[in-house]
Amino acid sequence: MLSNITTTAATTAAAAAPSENVVFHLLAEYVPEGVPGWILPIVTASISVGIVIALISVMAMGFTWLERKVSGHIQCRYGPMYAGGWHGWAQPIADGVKLLMKEDLIPIGADKALFMMAPAIVLGAIFGAFVAMPLAPDFYFADVNLGIFFILGMSSLTTIGVVMAGWSSNSKWSLYGAMREAAQVVAYEIPLGISLLVPLIVAGTFNLREASELQGDFYGMGWFVFKNPFMLPASILFFIAALAETKRAPFDLPEAESELVAGFLTEYSGIRWSFFFMEEYAAMYLMCLVASVFFFGGFESPFTYMAREQFGPNAFITNVVAASTLIVKSIAGIVLMMWVRWTLPRVRIDQVMTIGYKYLTPLALICVLGAACWEAIF
Amino acid sequence: MSNSSTKSSTFFPEPRILPGGEKEFMMDVATSDLEISMGPQHPATHGVMKILIRADGEMVTAAQPHLGFLHRCAEKIGENVEWLQYLPYTDRYDYLASMNNNLGYSMAVEKLLGCEIPRRAQMLRTICVELNRIASALVAFGTYGLDLGAFTPFLYAFREREWLLQIFEKICGARLTYSYLRIGGVFNDAPPGWLTEVGHFCDVFEVKAQEYYDLLMVNKVFVMRTANVGVITPAQALDFGLTGPMLRGSGIDFDLRKDMPYMLYGEAWDAGAFEIPVGRGEMGTLGDCWDRIYVRVKEMTESLGIVRWCLANIEEGPVLADVGKTIKVPPGEAYVGIENPRGELGHYLVSDGGKGSSRCRVRGPSFCNLAILEDIMPGTLLADAVAIIGSTDVVIGETDR
Repeated sequence: MLSNITTTAATTAAAAAPSENVVFHLLAEYVPEGVPGWILPIVTASISVGIVIALISVMAMGFTWLERKVSGHIQCRYGPMYAGGWHGWAQPIADGVKLLMKEDLIPIGADKALFMMAPAIVLGAIFGAFVAMPLAPDFYFADVNLGIFFILGMSSLTTIGVVMAGWSSNSKWSLYGAMREAAQVVAYEIPLGISLLVPLIVAGTFNLREASELQGDFYGMGWFVFKNPFMLPASILFFIAALAETKRAPFDLPEAESELVAGFLTEYSGIRWSFFFMEEYAAMYLMCLVASVFFFGGFESPFTYMAREQFGPNAFITNVVAASTLIVKSIAGIVLMMWVRWTLPRVRIDQVMTIGYKYLTPLALICVLGAACWEAIF
Repeated sequence: MSNSSTKSSTFFPEPRILPGGEKEFMMDVATSDLEISMGPQHPATHGVMKILIRADGEMVTAAQPHLGFLHRCAEKIGENVEWLQYLPYTDRYDYLASMNNNLGYSMAVEKLLGCEIPRRAQMLRTICVELNRIASALVAFGTYGLDLGAFTPFLYAFREREWLLQIFEKICGARLTYSYLRIGGVFNDAPPGWLTEVGHFCDVFEVKAQEYYDLLMVNKVFVMRTANVGVITPAQALDFGLTGPMLRGSGIDFDLRKDMPYMLYGEAWDAGAFEIPVGRGEMGTLGDCWDRIYVRVKEMTESLGIVRWCLANIEEGPVLADVGKTIKVPPGEAYVGIENPRGELGHYLVSDGGKGSSRCRVRGPSFCNLAILEDIMPGTLLADAVAIIGSTDVVIGETDR
């Protein structure tokens, strides 16, 4: 029956999910007889998208809390301590409610359609990117063969939303923010992509799940970063480029608060503003996940290895351990990003360009060349 | 949007030199500069100052500070209130260095009176003024980091400043507007244990000042942002009549505490209690933003030296000269300039023998130092404009008064 459904799904245009994910299998088990075959992929896609949105929104909220705690402790204070009781865990919920209650202002001179569309595009693009992100060998929403291409492409789409927001706000500060964003993203996409080529050379696959699984040898410690001497510099380059790509300090020029008031966010308020905010954290998380998958073993770790030995490769518990491994790794990356943000001053726009074009890009190319030679020789 | 085409540039214009040294050639694309009004509500203008900036993309082509949003007619009030009543108004010019303002005004009145100030009062005055200088420099340092996007040094600086404010609260009951230095001395003697706490502060702060230097001043990104930015040549600094760290940042060794000593500074200088740090162009060009901030950070340590010298030499005695309940000032005029954290704070007072001054003129250092912005800002980038405004360390309360 299952293969029957798959063939039907493949011929239907509405089949959004290109592969059978865990939701699909669960549904297929319980689907009653007589339900038309094309319904299942649609339902699967809807549920998957719902899970992605819910998961990433909650994660982003958690990261705003984490950011406050990290910044607080760096700055010799506690951060939120009151809301919810334990270390102010409910602060992001309180913030969310506050932002929902706020007046939704649209400036008089603004291009209304673009102004309202911009946050949706930004958030939609980043959620879209997460669809191709596997969390564990069996926990994925879509097993995309060109996964990393898809993720980079979708995350670049957010730039369009930001530029839209900056242009439509009818504010000079917003326009400056948008200009900076456009310049910065164009400059840093190049080293970002090139530094990702290094693990791609080693992995030989664009599929994130397969790339992760390739790193499971040597008791779960066969991470790409240990497999090639050019991987470590490439991972540092990727980290710097990812900081710029996600508009994080010291590359937070598009929203440089002391220069441009709030950059492209100047005219946004309430829930629209929070969409941009959420996008920033989601993008950070995405970049850290990509870095974890392509440099630091993905969901492979000694724990995953042990779970696989103990319970079998496709057991539920193995998947849970794998997913936790990946999430912990990416949170470590996020904490690193926060650490950088609360330590360094902001660089200037010409210095941002110089770092991107004059240093990162050539260095990334050298890494690719070196990694390719290494792979060819050994 | 006002960035629509209004004029077209010529076909083969002269190349323009960018800050990085590259040449930029203009094509015959019709463009016009964007006029942006930075302020009065802008995070980087430290209050309610407005800077009208004409920008070509990111590059500033012209800048003009606009003042007066915080004007409170301080000088006119000075002509309408009694001598002592004006003292609280002096707190409000440069609200970060109120002790210094009190001192400047008190000294001007004392000059008219020709009275002798008890030695203990002078010691207490010096301690308070120097501690206030540290507090002020901490704000300057912290907010400068904030201007450049580094948030954390700001909170570190405010942590130490908080202690200073508590010290001030203990001696006079106020945290910001002290009115502690009175005509003829100080309001009251230091409470028991106060001098010991100041000594303790000096010991702790000496370590912290070095920490701040290591944290921000030699940070690679900070140096990238401030070195070679907003260069004021020594000649320019003299032409504009700059004073304080702005002048010393350009390498000119001039400090009223050393060159025209008042109170006990001459004695302290002879005892080698302090030095005058000057900019040396260590990280870039002489007189750049880095040098100015460097002077401020180094001055904090020098102030500690003066405070320590006072603590070592303070002796018992009266703290207020007998000037009477209602101060009777003989007719005459007096000008007293003192070294405020931001430069020379001058009070010019004219007395006609009445209850108050008949003319009360204040020379605010922030106001005089601000004029140079118009000259040094064109040709820099928008982000540099923020760095330059921050490095002038203006307090709007004083520019507007």
